Amino acid sequence: MTAANEIIRAAEAEVCRPWLRHILTQSDWAALAHASAAESWILLAHWADTIQAHALFLDPDALTVVPVSTPIESGLYPALSPVLPGAAWYERMIHDLWGHEAFGASDLRPWLDHDAWPQHHPLAMRPHPNTAAETPALVGIDQDGAMILPLGPIWGQIDEAAHLRLTLNGPAIRRAESLLGFTHKGTLSLMRGKSPRAAARFAARLSADATVAHSVAFAQATESAMDAQVPPRAAALRIVMLETERIAAHLDNLAEVGRLADAQAVRTRCGFLREILLRASEAAFGHRLMMDCVVPGGIAMDIAEGGSQVILRALGDIASQLSGIRRLHDSGALPAQLTGLGPAGRTLATSLSVGGVAGRASGRAFDVRTMFASDYSGLSPRIAIRTEGDAAARQHLRIFEIEESLRLVGAALKALPDGPITVALPQVSGEGIACVESIRGDVWHWLRLDHGQIAAAFPRDPGWALWPLAERVLENAAANDAALIRASFALPASGMDL
Amino acid sequence: MTWKPRLRPQPEPAAPLDPETTQSLCARLEAAAQTRLGRSLAIRHVNTGSCNGCELEMRALSNVLYDLERFGLRFVDSPRHADVLLVTGPLTRNLRTALEQAWDATPDPKWVVAVGDCAVDGGVFKGSYAVLGGTGLSVPVDLTIGGCPPPPSRILAGLRTLLEANTR
Ligand code: SF4
Repeated sequence: MTAANEIIRAAEAEVCRPWLRHILTQSDWAALAHASAAESWILLAHWADTIQAHALFLDPDALTVVPVSTPIESGLYPALSPVLPGAAWYERMIHDLWGHEAFGASDLRPWLDHDAWPQHHPLAMRPHPNTAAETPALVGIDQDGAMILPLGPIWGQIDEAAHLRLTLNGPAIRRAESLLGFTHKGTLSLMRGKSPRAAARFAARLSADATVAHSVAFAQATESAMDAQVPPRAAALRIVMLETERIAAHLDNLAEVGRLADAQAVRTRCGFLREILLRASEAAFGHRLMMDCVVPGGIAMDIAEGGSQVILRALGDIASQLSGIRRLHDSGALPAQLTGLGPAGRTLATSLSVGGVAGRASGRAFDVRTMFASDYSGLSPRIAIRTEGDAAARQHLRIFEIEESLRLVGAALKALPDGPITVALPQVSGEGIACVESIRGDVWHWLRLDHGQIAAAFPRDPGWALWPLAERVLENAAANDAALIRASFALPASGMDL
Repeated sequence: MTWKPRLRPQPEPAAPLDPETTQSLCARLEAAAQTRLGRSLAIRHVNTGSCNGCELEMRALSNVLYDLERFGLRFVDSPRHADVLLVTGPLTRNLRTALEQAWDATPDPKWVVAVGDCAVDGGVFKGSYAVLGGTGLSVPVDLTIGGCPPPPSRILAGLRTLLEANTR
């Protein structure tokens, strides 16, 4: 037995479905951090509530998920970031929202809190009124007169709000630093005290292009906490929506990267096909992005009469164009631009827990659909891996995944079971965790219910892993390529700004 | 909605405009006693905290079916070159300054369009400690386009009434 497992076994556990949550002393928590780093455990998420800090680990050998917690003592808990660099941004977020300080942390500058809220630590038991000014300073205004290129928070393009500061050395980027939190909407505090049904509206608005993924993960975490089972028809239609969302988002990304790389044919084709799919989604589910279509306990509305045919026809249109789109990525000007652009290595991707297209393009075979999603088991989703890690590999994988999702939607619609689309949810207390493979990678939702109401919740968007990766990849890149690299990672903001 | 798949990408015919909205915008423009020549508007997008849904639909305006450029509408990178600020998202406290800076940098006369329920009045995020509310709490708004998110056709119709008002 490994050291990390020994620490877990010795600890007390609280009921959390489907994985028990282990309560560690602060010294065991710190010991687990070291052991996990030594044994290549992966930190999936890190958050807190008013009295404990929580971390979600993946044990890659046992293929199991391990939630752990440690009590906050005098406002402090041991930092994970010295051994697990991916924890740094979470620690800054925890400090901003709950006021708990990670002692020994590598970085405790403000993150979400830009000193504009009426209170500091808004989720703490007693928030502090905001009186003094502490402006977030970005690291390293370089002394030697290097040129700084600040991008955002409001970009010229139609995009999410985030600040990226590039320190240039001639045309090359020497250092890339991001500052997020601009779109912080107080989502966690809005969810607190609401019924899961009411709180689902906020889960659906964490990140709109992954609205179905976040909604399903939130709903499944609720259902786990209540030990409820959704009807088979609802589970199947959730898969239809999830995979439709993936196709739409990948098409959008292909179009956007095509636009930035001046590949007009790709932009036009993919933009057009995406629009066809969005209209089909509206006809079938009542909303172009399928926002609020998934609710805890099932789905909000059954697929419309004839909706399957509309979706299948759109899928047919996409399938007929896919080889042409692939050809445009195989030869000519576009692959010449994308090959070698923004390479991300497997070690880095693994250490930062980068999943999704970015992780799989760098050789990390991680897709929660094949690991933790029992609803998918009848469909046996295929996943593809590339090892180049560059933008070309990412776009190729997106095309592959569109093709695979076309198959999955078709198969799920063909075998659509009859029956109810919701199950009544009991007003109980409990704790649950769930994960979904979103368009950018694994989404994790944890929540605790108190008599049927949300007592605490945390959604982990893949952005938490993608941005630190993108920062590292941008260092050494050419400044001119920054926008294209950013697009090829599909960097989000709202989902991790909370 | 009726919809026929067409695999030859081409723009769809434009829908008629709402005369009432056009009238009221004209009245506002006259009150400002400023008119511009030409049928074109430069649009700058300002995100004040959106969930990215409104952006997705705005981006769809450039796809070949809506093709907003054929109406003389185009997106520009800088507020300095803009006639219209298209604002999305509930106004977060963290982005208030950025919106005001964009507004200050946009030359007069300018239009501000609040796109999406969030930009109209804060939407579902109303009442959060991190959110002020709609765009109008910080800069004057000329046109609101509701929806969560509003579909591209509705955003386009709103922008075209602006264009119409602008050239009358
Ligand atoms: S109106 Fe809806 S889609 Fe638009 S930003 Fe708000 S929540 Fe997102």
